[in-house]
Amino acid sequence: MRRFVAEKAKRALSSYLLSSSRSHPSPSLTSSPLKFYSTAAAMASKLNPPVTVDTLNPKVLKCEYAVRGEIVTHAQRLQEELQTQPGSHPFDEILYCNIGNPQSLAQQPITFFREVLALTDHPALLDKSESAALFSSDSIERAWQILDVIPGRATGAYSHSQGVKGLRDAIAAGIAARDGFPSNPDDIFLTDGASPAVHMMMQLLIRTENDGILCPIPQYPLYSASIALHGGSLVPYYLDEGTGWGLEISELKKQLEEARSKGITVRALVVINPGNPTGQVLAEENQRQIVEFCKKEGLVLLADEVYQENIYVDDKSFNSFKKIARSMGYGEDDLAVVSFQSVSKGYYGECGKRGGYMEITGFSADVREQIYKVASVNLCSNISGQILASLVMNPPKVGDESYESYMAEKDGILQSLARRAQALEEAFNSMEGVTCNKAEGAMYLFPRIHLPQKAIDAAKAVNKAPDAFYAQRLLEATGIVVVPGSGFGQVPGTWHFRCTILPQEDKIPGIISHFKAFHESFMSEYRD
Amino acid sequence: MAKALDYESLNENVKKTAYAVRGELYLRASELQKEGKKIIFTNVGNPHALGQKPLTFPRQVVALCQAPFLLDDPNVGLLFPADAIARAKHYLQLTSGGLGAYSDSRGIPGVRKEVAEFIERRDGYPTDPELIFLTDGASKGVMQMLNAIIRNENDGILVPVPQYPLYSAAITLYGGSLVPYYLEEEANWSLDFNNIRQSIASARSKGITVRAMVIINPGNPTGQCLSEANIRELLRFCFLENLVLLADEVYQQNIYQDERPFISARKILFDMGPPLNKEVQLVSFHTVSKGYWGECGQRGGYFEMTNLSPKTVDEIYKVASISLSPNVPGQIFMGLMVNPPKPGDISYFKFEQESKAIMESLRKRAHIMTDGFNSCRNVVCNFTEGAMYSFPQIRLPARAIEAAKSAGKAPDVLYCLKLLEATGISTVPGSGFGQKEGVFHLRTTILPAEEDMPAIMESFKKFNDAFMEEYEDYRGYSRM
Repeated sequence: MRRFVAEKAKRALSSYLLSSSRSHPSPSLTSSPLKFYSTAAAMASKLNPPVTVDTLNPKVLKCEYAVRGEIVTHAQRLQEELQTQPGSHPFDEILYCNIGNPQSLAQQPITFFREVLALTDHPALLDKSESAALFSSDSIERAWQILDVIPGRATGAYSHSQGVKGLRDAIAAGIAARDGFPSNPDDIFLTDGASPAVHMMMQLLIRTENDGILCPIPQYPLYSASIALHGGSLVPYYLDEGTGWGLEISELKKQLEEARSKGITVRALVVINPGNPTGQVLAEENQRQIVEFCKKEGLVLLADEVYQENIYVDDKSFNSFKKIARSMGYGEDDLAVVSFQSVSKGYYGECGKRGGYMEITGFSADVREQIYKVASVNLCSNISGQILASLVMNPPKVGDESYESYMAEKDGILQSLARRAQALEEAFNSMEGVTCNKAEGAMYLFPRIHLPQKAIDAAKAVNKAPDAFYAQRLLEATGIVVVPGSGFGQVPGTWHFRCTILPQEDKIPGIISHFKAFHESFMSEYRD
Repeated sequence: MAKALDYESLNENVKKTAYAVRGELYLRASELQKEGKKIIFTNVGNPHALGQKPLTFPRQVVALCQAPFLLDDPNVGLLFPADAIARAKHYLQLTSGGLGAYSDSRGIPGVRKEVAEFIERRDGYPTDPELIFLTDGASKGVMQMLNAIIRNENDGILVPVPQYPLYSAAITLYGGSLVPYYLEEEANWSLDFNNIRQSIASARSKGITVRAMVIINPGNPTGQCLSEANIRELLRFCFLENLVLLADEVYQQNIYQDERPFISARKILFDMGPPLNKEVQLVSFHTVSKGYWGECGQRGGYFEMTNLSPKTVDEIYKVASISLSPNVPGQIFMGLMVNPPKPGDISYFKFEQESKAIMESLRKRAHIMTDGFNSCRNVVCNFTEGAMYSFPQIRLPARAIEAAKSAGKAPDVLYCLKLLEATGISTVPGSGFGQKEGVFHLRTTILPAEEDMPAIMESFKKFNDAFMEEYEDYRGYSRM
């Protein structure tokens, strides 16, 4: 069909050229050797349109992102089928446990934040006396404070490419209050979520495929995708499942040396703390070892700290890597640390807003200029997201009108997350052949499934990874969507899946019982 | 020990990239502003920063979406009109859980449907919402497409000169080759197909595979509205030369003359019928940042793909999914822009009033500025038919060019720096957009408030005429 159309096109083309040169001697069709050369060259490839999968950037073709991958498209198909043919599946609804998207599963936003955002989105409200009846007084006050730092109070204008200065001041103050060490607003780049900031750093660091970035395995696949997109090499370091996903310096050293022996220049180390998908919160001592390692080996420390407000255990707390480095006496000249934060996680869960920042320290002025330049090409991140980032880093304080209701909402969400993490972890650990480390933080569980050989063979027979096979069967039996461990990386020969702790608390018992029932029946089918 | 990341070890492509819109002039202007000097920023198309007010209706709707608990309050009707309330409810229902949930990576299906309906009303041809992807501003969409197309430095992209430097920056960042084609200033910045053919042949002779062609209509910085005939020829050209057309149409609402209204490349493509309508690959870009909306800070945009294969669309979807989703409030702004209040709606009258006022004022300012520049010595300026910019040609005297050389600066950079120091007017030198060798321009916007315009043009004229006085040899004849 394509050949036929193309042939027809060629015939049309030649007759067009003939008729044009004969009857329409227009200036643009003067016959010149250049014209015929260029057209002839094009004709040779006329059978293929310029952009096809075969002619796309190979880095685009190579990268993958399982969180919204195959299992999810399958789930969406099933969801459609449920609507058009009710009763066509052994479940009533799809339960998305694949993605850290709390508000899509009925988690409520923090009222104070939304009050301020409504007011800054529509400042005319502040001039109306009726607003006092609908908004808390401190949200009105905060909205005024924010508008005062936005030039012309114009929330619809592009801001400074690093973000509104006054908002960065507020964020820097929030960082300093959190860490006990000063933070410079000029080190902060506000971005549309943390992900674009990660991409920016990869773009700066990766020159060729000989530039490597150390990434934890398992990792959040933004990193593997971004490294592939930018043409670099992912240098994996394995987290130790047996010790609660511990990060061993000996493993870092080993992988670094191996990469270097292959001619890879390792540029940076990615640490996700609290971990995704693994949920561990690093011990301070561990963090100090990591800082020393980066300093010694000349690596940029890329600290993904987006889950800093998701901690569910009393014996661990969040320490930013910058704080750890500073407390060790290390300053700007000693090592470069980039900290990523987002409004998407924590107890605020504002994924759809696309708010976040990176705080960059330890870079020379000329490097910082280049970072600014790259940021400026996109002009700026969305203002509403910038405002939200400043709110997240500076929430209501004791004495504020909204403080108590804010704390009630925050504690409610965090305590519920902790309960759900616990319930699901226990459930997974109770299943045959399943072991699950505790979710100390973040929003996920990453249980390991010891699959019987028969199951592994069945998966091979349909050309699927065993954990993808398991996840698909789970979906088809229960409507529960998890992401196969192969999407995150795992020790070869081990199988996992990532399940969020986000479904509504009242749905958790149902999820657990259906999951267990499926697992039992799966094991019965494939038990050795 | 050497720093982990120092200037030498940065990605070369990053170092090579330039983006003058927020480059040297802007940084100098910001410095001066900090020192207390009054600066008029005309370096970027940022209407709200220069006093243009946001349209009321969209802000009402988005505020309600931000704080849905307002909808439950019995007094909400005191602050918000009923149609804004209804529209907020409509959009909240379309989301996956309000503004705070990631949407579909391509954007909320319901909003993409609204965009598709808008395109169909505008062009008279149906389009598929599945081929419309919402993005955090049109720039992100442009970057995604260029990243998908460019494989290596042998892939070339035809870019107009002068161009909006997002294109040159993105091509450099992604390691491709920019293949320039010069717009004809004397012919109202129209396309010169001889020149385009020469460019493409020259690139091909160097081993470059020219993959795509960028067209900006209405033009930025040049402000021309292309004729239908020009666009037809362009589409035929892309068909013959096997190029995907990247049509930047973000200024389609900004039209200040009646001879050449905006016609989308897609409409013309479909008007031309087979084989072109099925063969020419086209990606069209639009935004909420320009037009009479000017909502730059929301970062709302979309691109629409025509005649790209399903597999290609899948790959582009995959890349979009890595960033999870575009910001939801920006998506709602897009929905509101393509589906504004209609006659009969409570908010229609006010919406129309606000929109008309902005458009009429922009048209006036386009004239004020063009006429103002043309009244200055050694300055020639094409009329701003569309978009938001004026791009006057400054005929710099030989001595000014020499002075610039000794200062190590491009001549138009020197001129613009002096203009800034003398008047506080912050512009972008033409070299930031590209221009013919030895021809100099600057780009300014038509966005300063209408009442400030006469004073600004006066101030410019004073500076320019004094500059010309200083650098010309006895009014034009040499002292040889």
